[in-house]
Amino acid sequence: MINRILNKKEDPGRTEQASFARKRFRFSDWFAERFIKVVAFMSIAFVALIFIFVFREAFPVFRMDVVQNVTTEKLVPESYGEEPENGDNSKTTGKEIREARPEMKVVKPSSTLLSRDWMPVSDNPRYGIIPLFLGTLKVTIIALLFAAPIAILAAIYTSMFAKPRIREVIKPIIELLAGFPSVVIGFFALMVLATVFQDIFGYASRLNAFVGGFAMSLAAIPVIYTITEDALTAVPKTYIEASLGLGASRRQTAFHVVLPAAAPGIFAAVILGLGRIFGETMIALMATGNAALLSINPFESVRTLSATIGAEMAEVVFGDTHYSVLFLIGSLLFIFTFILNAVSELYFKNLVVRKYQSKK
Amino acid sequence: MMNRNRKDTIIESLTGISVLLIIFIIVSILAITIKGGWPNLNWQFITEFPRDGMTKGGIFPAIVGTALMTLIMTIAAVPFGVITAVYLAEYAKEDSVFAKTIRFAVKTLAVVPSIIFGLFGLGFFIGFIGQNMDKIFNGGVLKWGQPSILWASLTMALLTLPVVIVSVEEAIRTIPVEMREASLALGATKWQTIKRVVLPGSVTGIMTGTILAISRGAGEVAPILFTGAAYYLADLPHSLSDQFMSLGYHIYIMSTQSANVDATLPIQFATTLVLLLLTFSLNAVAVVLRYRIRKKAK
Repeated sequence: MINRILNKKEDPGRTEQASFARKRFRFSDWFAERFIKVVAFMSIAFVALIFIFVFREAFPVFRMDVVQNVTTEKLVPESYGEEPENGDNSKTTGKEIREARPEMKVVKPSSTLLSRDWMPVSDNPRYGIIPLFLGTLKVTIIALLFAAPIAILAAIYTSMFAKPRIREVIKPIIELLAGFPSVVIGFFALMVLATVFQDIFGYASRLNAFVGGFAMSLAAIPVIYTITEDALTAVPKTYIEASLGLGASRRQTAFHVVLPAAAPGIFAAVILGLGRIFGETMIALMATGNAALLSINPFESVRTLSATIGAEMAEVVFGDTHYSVLFLIGSLLFIFTFILNAVSELYFKNLVVRKYQSKK
Repeated sequence: MMNRNRKDTIIESLTGISVLLIIFIIVSILAITIKGGWPNLNWQFITEFPRDGMTKGGIFPAIVGTALMTLIMTIAAVPFGVITAVYLAEYAKEDSVFAKTIRFAVKTLAVVPSIIFGLFGLGFFIGFIGQNMDKIFNGGVLKWGQPSILWASLTMALLTLPVVIVSVEEAIRTIPVEMREASLALGATKWQTIKRVVLPGSVTGIMTGTILAISRGAGEVAPILFTGAAYYLADLPHSLSDQFMSLGYHIYIMSTQSANVDATLPIQFATTLVLLLLTFSLNAVAVVLRYRIRKKAK
């Protein structure tokens, strides 16, 4: 802001003396400016460091060759990375396994990444992230199906239909929901929602994707609500007046004029809400049941990507394969939210600005 | 015409119901937590250590741990945030690439999932800085290269940095240009103007940012899961390299991994109530402060 004032002085009309006074060198000013700039630069450095250090710990997954004690029941011709099926097989042929001699085998952990089992602590570890990914997707969709309509409708009410005095009350109340720690929402879901929903729907597993998804929508609602409300309020008053003047009702104005005009902002809001849900850890840990099942039933337990990191990182050995795989999952989460943020920042924001500028 | 009016009413009330639904959920979370936690919330609960395998006693170390962690976090995050906000509001040219990149970085820090900060804390602070510090100053003895309150606080500081920056910048921008002009016209330099006019004028904004950051930091659990929080400690943390107990982590661990979840139910509810009261009152103060800043700006 001071720039603007100082720049004004540089207009051609200035006197010699004024410019001389401004340009006199002062060490404290010079130092302060440099120092502040360096500190501000640190924010960029932090993001870069997060990138580097999360990826650095994840990278070894792709180079690791782990020599394992793999017990195979018979000498099957092996191809690298293709382990015998355990699970049912190992149960029925348990005796044979004990008789068979252990065998050293080179296993590439990265080759199991796309398998369908997440069994990181078994004798024959597999790091298939497919079930985790599907679980995250399932919870995210459920949460978004709750959060987006509720938050957008509430924002429409606040900006279009509510009386100014009521609006002043509603906004801070809904914003207070953003201040609820996610561990508290998780606790509420675990203790209350899980029981209530089980009574209503009568499904088998108490903690499941549905409960988790609903609880996460509570975390996403304030995010979507606030940004949508801003986008709706930013629509020029002239639009609304023109529409009302033509005889449209407030409802018609809200849904056919204001909503389309604010659409890019609302997309940005939903995308940020999506990012919030996707990375949510504590609610996922506490309310989704944490079983890595491969199923599309919303009433079964799921294990999300972030919950996997949260639950398992404390127990792994530093620098282990499992440790690196968890960092790899973290890298995926990071890349995903980074892209979401970049899209909402660069694309939708520009769209909103351009739209109103061209119409003015 | 009749038909249109009815449609209007239905849809308008649908939007109203959404608002009521959100408020209903907020009220029920509060009501259930208060109902479950109030009977057990007393002076002993706040000032005692956990007893009998954590099935009885209080949460004193968790309260102290949370307080210390947020204190260290504030010391690290607030100066950083204020300086960055000063840069963005006073020094940066709006359309310069550098300023835009900083804004984008701050935005990114705000949306990165909190668990990623935990991973970063583990990989960078503990694995890189801590272990190298041990190698250089400690002769390889493990002291800094393990989870501790210092690393947890710094991780949390990074997470709350955008909160501080956004609030402070907003406050700085509400200071009228005339004040700066007056200061500059009296011969003050840019830095003197910032130090004597801009910063004192945005004290409320700095307070708002600090309070919001504390509230966020006190409630987050994911970043400290593996950077310093401990299940149970018989003692309070004495040095920066000690681990600590935290309210949020206590709730998580008691409600999911305690041996007898039902027996500790009153403790869980009461701990949740304490955490909720803490973050809730901090947020309420911040909302009031921010409302006053915005009113002043108009």
